[in-house]
Amino acid sequence: MTELRTTLPVVPAAGLPRWAQGALRGALMTVGTVCVLLLAWGAVWLAAGREFPTPLSTARTLAELLRNPFYNSGPNDKGIGLQLMGSLLRVFSGFLMGSAVAIPIGALMGASKLWNRTIYPLVQVLRPVSPLAWFPLGLATLKSAENATIFAIFITSLWPTLINTAFGVGSVPKEFHQVAQVFQFSRGRYFRKVLLPYSLPHIITGLRLSMGVAWMVIVAAEMLSGGAGIGFFVWDSWNALNLDRVISAILIIGAVGLVLDRGFEFLSRRFTHAQ
Amino acid sequence: MPSEVAARGIPSLQISNVEMAFNADTGRFLAIRDIDLNIERGEFVTFIGHSGCGKSTLLNILAGLYLPTGGTVLLDGMNVEGPGPDRGVVFQNYSLLPWLTVYDNVWEAVDSVLGEKMLRTEIQAHVEGMLRAVGLWEHRQKYPPQISGGMKQRVAIARAFAVEPKVLLLDEPFGALDALTRSSLQDELLNLWTHNRRVETVVMVTHDIDEAIYLSDRIVVFGNGPAATIQEVIPVTMARPRDKRRLAYSPEYADIKERLMALLVGGAHAAA
Repeated sequence: MTELRTTLPVVPAAGLPRWAQGALRGALMTVGTVCVLLLAWGAVWLAAGREFPTPLSTARTLAELLRNPFYNSGPNDKGIGLQLMGSLLRVFSGFLMGSAVAIPIGALMGASKLWNRTIYPLVQVLRPVSPLAWFPLGLATLKSAENATIFAIFITSLWPTLINTAFGVGSVPKEFHQVAQVFQFSRGRYFRKVLLPYSLPHIITGLRLSMGVAWMVIVAAEMLSGGAGIGFFVWDSWNALNLDRVISAILIIGAVGLVLDRGFEFLSRRFTHAQ
Repeated sequence: MPSEVAARGIPSLQISNVEMAFNADTGRFLAIRDIDLNIERGEFVTFIGHSGCGKSTLLNILAGLYLPTGGTVLLDGMNVEGPGPDRGVVFQNYSLLPWLTVYDNVWEAVDSVLGEKMLRTEIQAHVEGMLRAVGLWEHRQKYPPQISGGMKQRVAIARAFAVEPKVLLLDEPFGALDALTRSSLQDELLNLWTHNRRVETVVMVTHDIDEAIYLSDRIVVFGNGPAATIQEVIPVTMARPRDKRRLAYSPEYADIKERLMALLVGGAHAAA
């Protein structure tokens, strides 16, 4: 019997094509993971004196939130879709402005040792600072919570993009540089055919990291700033002691973050070349 | 102009008293010194020697990628002060741009160097001719990571020839290839060169004694570094085209090989 077992696939769906077996196995693993999570959730529910939301009540709340995501009943009562749009708009505004600053400065640092030596110490000091520490400065100078939030996201988006751009531009291999020299590439040709294709994957990696952090920071920033937004929604739900909504929001924030990350992963694959 | 220069008897490359020192962590490192060598137009010269003897350093100086710390290099009587399109270079590591197709790798170089002199259609025809000459026309839409090392080096050779240089500089171009590929690429290199009526002066760095004899008009033997210099220059007068299989039985071949072995293998033995 043992011999037979080695020749037969041990997957339950014997007879399916290989890719389907793989997909099935992956799906089973996922279902298993979710089961473990639900068990852990159950344990927390028991430990928290049964006042904690159950998976079922949370699912109901989530479905309710998603059923009518774009209703608008005044400034303090908006659908989850509108809250998300508000957050995404802030994230993208800050992110785009941050990238517009970080990419040129990063390129300058990568291209010139002098600039790198000048700017890098500054980056090292500022990078570990939580972007929320900048929030009061944003409030003081920009005079609105909305703009202060965007300012915090702007600061957040700077560092990974700056560092990765500087690395990408600064690490063009000598051989490519020599090719451009030997064949007398003009500045424009060098930029389009050597520098940009080489550094673009690094820049995209920086953007992807920036976006990841920005999406995390927006939740905290909106808890400070208030107004419509997914972060404020979480805080507001907590104040209303509605943990079902808090957990639903966590799931939604995670899903949106995943979509954003996948978008950048797609971009990165599109512009990455095999070496 | 070039024929005039040749008529006046000015060598293609005049290397006079060249010295190259690098600033290393441990202080000043003298790589090569007292290099004097004239290379005639249309001559095929190989540099041979042990690793670290500075033969690649000299090639890089000829390419203009290094500026010598002493002495001068003249190309057709003009001082070499940097890289230029009159010298095509083939690097050991191929140095193709991986995000450009085989076709575009050649095209960008040709367009960069000859773009002002040629129409777009002429450039296209020229690139096609070069890629056909090295048998890569069918593979023109592939990217360098998708093709073999031998094919990559064919592209690099086609690219170097395509810019119509006066001098072709090859830095151990076949060093990373297997013996069979190496052999066929040697022939393709000679074919391209012969096809162009051997107008290009060719300087090639190699580790391989047989390769040097098969390809060269003269073999420049470097002594061991540091502070290496030219040990001996051996002429190879066997008529072209040479038959690789017959070559091994020729007495001249045996003599040259014997001399090279004595200089290189014997030298290493004495140094050890």
